[in-house]
Amino acid sequence: MLRIEYVYGLIAAFLLFTAWRNLRERKLARAAFWLLLGLLLGGGDSVLAQQHAGRVWPAQLAGCMVIALALLSPLLRRRPHPETAGSSIRLASALRLGHKLFLPALLIPLLTLLVALFGAHLAIGGTALFAKPQMTLIGLGMACVAALFAAARVTRAPLHQGLAEGQRLLDAIGWAALLPMLLAALGEMFTQSGVGAAIAALAKALLPEGNAFMCLLLFAFGMLLFTVIMGNAFAAFPVMMAGIGLPLLVQRHGANPAILGSMGMLCGYCGTLLTPMAADFNLVPAALLELRNPYGVIRAQAWSAAGIFIANFVILWLLVFR
Amino acid sequence: MNYWPLLGVAVIIVGFALRLNAVPVVACAALVSGLLAGLPLPDVLALLGRSFVSSRMLLLFVLTLPAIGLLEHAGLREHAQQWMGRLRGLTLARLLIGYLLLREGLAMLGLTGVAGPAQTVRPLLAPMGEAAAEKMDPGLSDADRDALRAVAAATDNIGRFFGEDVFVALGAVLLIQSFYAQHGIDLTPLSIALWALPTAIAALVIQSVRIWLFQRRLVRHAGGD
Repeated sequence: MLRIEYVYGLIAAFLLFTAWRNLRERKLARAAFWLLLGLLLGGGDSVLAQQHAGRVWPAQLAGCMVIALALLSPLLRRRPHPETAGSSIRLASALRLGHKLFLPALLIPLLTLLVALFGAHLAIGGTALFAKPQMTLIGLGMACVAALFAAARVTRAPLHQGLAEGQRLLDAIGWAALLPMLLAALGEMFTQSGVGAAIAALAKALLPEGNAFMCLLLFAFGMLLFTVIMGNAFAAFPVMMAGIGLPLLVQRHGANPAILGSMGMLCGYCGTLLTPMAADFNLVPAALLELRNPYGVIRAQAWSAAGIFIANFVILWLLVFR
Repeated sequence: MNYWPLLGVAVIIVGFALRLNAVPVVACAALVSGLLAGLPLPDVLALLGRSFVSSRMLLLFVLTLPAIGLLEHAGLREHAQQWMGRLRGLTLARLLIGYLLLREGLAMLGLTGVAGPAQTVRPLLAPMGEAAAEKMDPGLSDADRDALRAVAAATDNIGRFFGEDVFVALGAVLLIQSFYAQHGIDLTPLSIALWALPTAIAALVIQSVRIWLFQRRLVRHAGGD
């Protein structure tokens, strides 16, 4: 059976390859950075398994490695992705290959789609081919490998050149690649250390309890702000619901729980559009697109987020107390 | 109530405001809020390590880089641009709004991993958008080019976010359902998901209008110089 752990193994192998190439180019800080990250990716399973078995030292070691990554990352200066082929060469190649260039690129979404739709029905000798919970992600991992082979075939380039080009892109992204995972860890730390409970207590102290509209407004802004802080609406939702949504809006003012839950969550999504804490949606794309302003994507989203938040709040207010 | 862990939030705000490198700022905030909550250092380190490796799937996008890098080396972006140049009726606004519809529709079916900044925006949508913009403004400035790429990434995010909540079997809806179930209120996933639909439509309209306004601004820039 194909499991997501194999995909993590692939990522780890690619990171170690990147580390090795940087080591050969005598870029020691970069090499150490990708080496540590590769080891964390590759060893992640055993860390979690050991933790499960009651041994915490692998997790503590992983924590120390995360701190080391954090200390290394200021040494990684972001550099624009150096082109390995001149623009005239690329243009000539584009003219020669034409639409064939699209095929491997489209293979990534198409194969992922096929696995997501039909993967559940594939089985070999009675065992399912894909492990269920992360089927789409396994599909994406497979699709990337297939696309690399297809790209090598279409461009008649050797496979290792693909890995080298990938390494160049990864170096251009640099430390931003680390942020999503680190912020997820920070969210967990905030939850465990009671930051959420403290914020809910502060919000409750501010609350005019009698007025349903003010309650709803505070709930909506609380979801927005808390998501901006945590970078994730899923972390904000239970805190705001337990603090304000359930006891005051649902139980006292008779709000419809399905509407409040669904549209309250969407208030949080507007916050996700605004925050650098949601690095995988906001900072990594800016690095991938090589924008000069790391907050460029957030700037492009800000007015949309404001508009959607207002629209969502008005609809929520009109529907929720019916 | 122990309010001291909130200083971790303050570390983040100060760090981002001073535009320090975000990685050490975030690591520092995690240590600060963990230690101020009274957790011993070994526990803080273990928690940090465990939750870091638990979210490994967030690094999945790097697997797209070798294939995309090779294709770009062979002229993928140049080809996307030339092809866009030949399609007369396809303006920038139509391209981006079409992508928004597709992305939101796919997300409503639960297919969020199909598209994304690494899979579709960088190799396809951004260069095609740049070519469409160059049809209106041949001397597209670097600032406008960056703004355009950012709008493409924003369109991808908005389509995904406000579509995925309509799908019944995805994280958000199940989280809402399980929260209420823990507190004795039973709801079906469908009854929750349906109420995301009005905002999904509002998001589609609002982002489409903003794309159209962005295109109008580019046209004005082209007329201005």
